[in-house]
Amino acid sequence: MPMKGEDIIAAIEAELPGAKIELTDLAGDDNHWSARVTAPQFAGKTRVAQHKMVYAAFGEKMGGELHALQVSTAVPK
Amino acid sequence: MADTNERISTLVGDNDVVLFMKGTPLFPQCGFSSKAVAILDHCGVGYESVDVLQDMEIRQGIKAFSDWPTIPQLYVKGEFVGGSDIMMEMFEAGELKQLLDEKGVAPAS
Repeated sequence: MPMKGEDIIAAIEAELPGAKIELTDLAGDDNHWSARVTAPQFAGKTRVAQHKMVYAAFGEKMGGELHALQVSTAVPK
Repeated sequence: MADTNERISTLVGDNDVVLFMKGTPLFPQCGFSSKAVAILDHCGVGYESVDVLQDMEIRQGIKAFSDWPTIPQLYVKGEFVGGSDIMMEMFEAGELKQLLDEKGVAPAS
């Protein structure tokens, strides 16, 4: 059962309060997503650390229930 | 598990650039792995690839090794660099080439 877009956004918002999330359904199949996450919490963190913070929202679902999530991160200007 | 960690340590220690991926560079089995291969090919460096679909221990072990939940994973000189999204961000910013140069990685022969 793939994750719904609204659940993906809710999970990221819960993990990173105040984050701005742009979610795109890449293939139109509710299964391949791209998330652009802009969050103040990313400030001063490496890319790997920033992506890990996003992945943390999904725990064990990552790579399973949530098959494909392309992530890009940014700190708000 | 300890053995798997050792095998991974050896792989990333013995090779300058290692890509853990699904499938092979010629026949990637996943879009993300395919993207990672394309980026490395574009950078023109030689690299070792490990097909995690052929090795369940590595497939699980690599996620614990790097504390990173997905495949592909790129290592340069023993250090975890990131997955395909980070590779793409770094590539576009010119940072990947810079990293490979700084680490003294030889071009593909």
